[in-house]
Amino acid sequence: MKQYVSVTAKFDSDGNILPLKINWDDGRIFEIDRITDIRYAASLKAGGAGIRYTCRIKQNEKYLFLEDNRWFINNEKGQ
Amino acid sequence: MRTILHSDCNGFFASVECLYNPQFRDKPVAVCGDKDKRHGIILAKNEIAKKFNVKTGEPIWQAQQKCPELVTASAHYDRYIRFSKLCREIYSDYTDNIEPFGLDEAWLDVTGSTLLCGNGKEIAEEIRHRIKKELGITVSIGVSFNKIFAKLGSDYKKPDAVTVITKENYKQLVWKLKVSDLLYVGRATENKLRQLGVFTIGDLATFPIELLRKNFGKWADILYSFSNGLDFSPVMKSDEVSAVKSIGNSTTAVRDLENFEDAKIIFMVLCDSVCRRMREQGYKTKNVCISIRNTDLFAITRQKKLEQSTNLTNDVLKTVLELFKESYSFDRNIRSLGVSVSDFESDTTPHQASIFVDETQIIRKEQLDSTLDNIKSRFGSFAVKPAKLMFDRKLSGFSPKEEHTVHPVSYF
Repeated sequence: MKQYVSVTAKFDSDGNILPLKINWDDGRIFEIDRITDIRYAASLKAGGAGIRYTCRIKQNEKYLFLEDNRWFINNEKGQ
Repeated sequence: MRTILHSDCNGFFASVECLYNPQFRDKPVAVCGDKDKRHGIILAKNEIAKKFNVKTGEPIWQAQQKCPELVTASAHYDRYIRFSKLCREIYSDYTDNIEPFGLDEAWLDVTGSTLLCGNGKEIAEEIRHRIKKELGITVSIGVSFNKIFAKLGSDYKKPDAVTVITKENYKQLVWKLKVSDLLYVGRATENKLRQLGVFTIGDLATFPIELLRKNFGKWADILYSFSNGLDFSPVMKSDEVSAVKSIGNSTTAVRDLENFEDAKIIFMVLCDSVCRRMREQGYKTKNVCISIRNTDLFAITRQKKLEQSTNLTNDVLKTVLELFKESYSFDRNIRSLGVSVSDFESDTTPHQASIFVDETQIIRKEQLDSTLDNIKSRFGSFAVKPAKLMFDRKLSGFSPKEEHTVHPVSYF
């Protein structure tokens, strides 16, 4: 299920955008340890398309999408 | 020899809706207009709906009879425009010669990129793959040595496919296709060709050109060159902003139009929008065209040349109403009407004053129109309107200027 999330991101002087943290709506904050890949991609599961960041968060790999100016993830549990 | 690609997004609107709504991706889906505004026709359908023979342009109820499980989605034009732009960004990685044809189709001339990016087929495959991965929709691409065959190629195999039409294989591939598959062979031309015994593109290509000329005039040579792969028209560069060729608006009325007065109300709103857009662009028109569609969905178009070019709402409206009176007799009620103007010249072009026309009146009318334009751009289209429109507010309560969308322009 497509879930829009609040993200803390860094804009560098070249105009690149790098997400740093995902701020979950229950107050939990997930720090992104590493970004391993950035590319344009569609998310067939969540339903959308944009820039896809492959993020490593506590040993887990997660796709974070930037679609226009909103961030979303695919919430597999449908929470 | 040129290498030209024609890329066509398969069931574009429906594909985008399916991407955003994964829950009905495996069901027959059709994107429809607004039912309450009586725009309830099928705008696009996905592959599954296509199998049920759901057709673009038919009313929703008819489609639902063929396919009771049909999921109807409403249209989101902002999404389609975004995806169309994203597609073009991908194309622009391969060439700057991109000529869009509507939102979902484009020609690409990749002749200059073949040394860098591989041959036409390889580039087409890469574009197809990238659009699928990056945008989540599918395209079919035709590769050929001219624009017409490239377009036929993109129609040849759908969805998500690449078809290559070469000088060696076009006779086997193209010539057996129906003549109506060819660009610019519509209902009327097809009927005329059938009477001559021309059914396939091959028939047309081998038909004696003199006989064709007798029946079609200057169109004969165009049809002949199209069918023989002799089309040399260039693919427009993406930075060449093509001059506007026509400006038009059309609408399906909220209820069927029963008499001349009803039609006049609709025409007044349409002319106001068309003329305001024309004045914004700084044009005057010499050609006015109307289209009428009755309740049987049978459509006609009629056009008229003007003696003097004009951008006055009232002049255009007068011509439109004359045309309408000449061409329609209300044997059926009317469902939708359209107005378009073409054959432009700049409004700064000096014109020959006529001794039979009161030129001061024209200047006064121009000032009136420009004042009205100012008011409407500040306070909205409904700020000032003719009293006539108050008779039936439901019928006149639409604003095509703000709502108008993009359509393919003519090939020429």
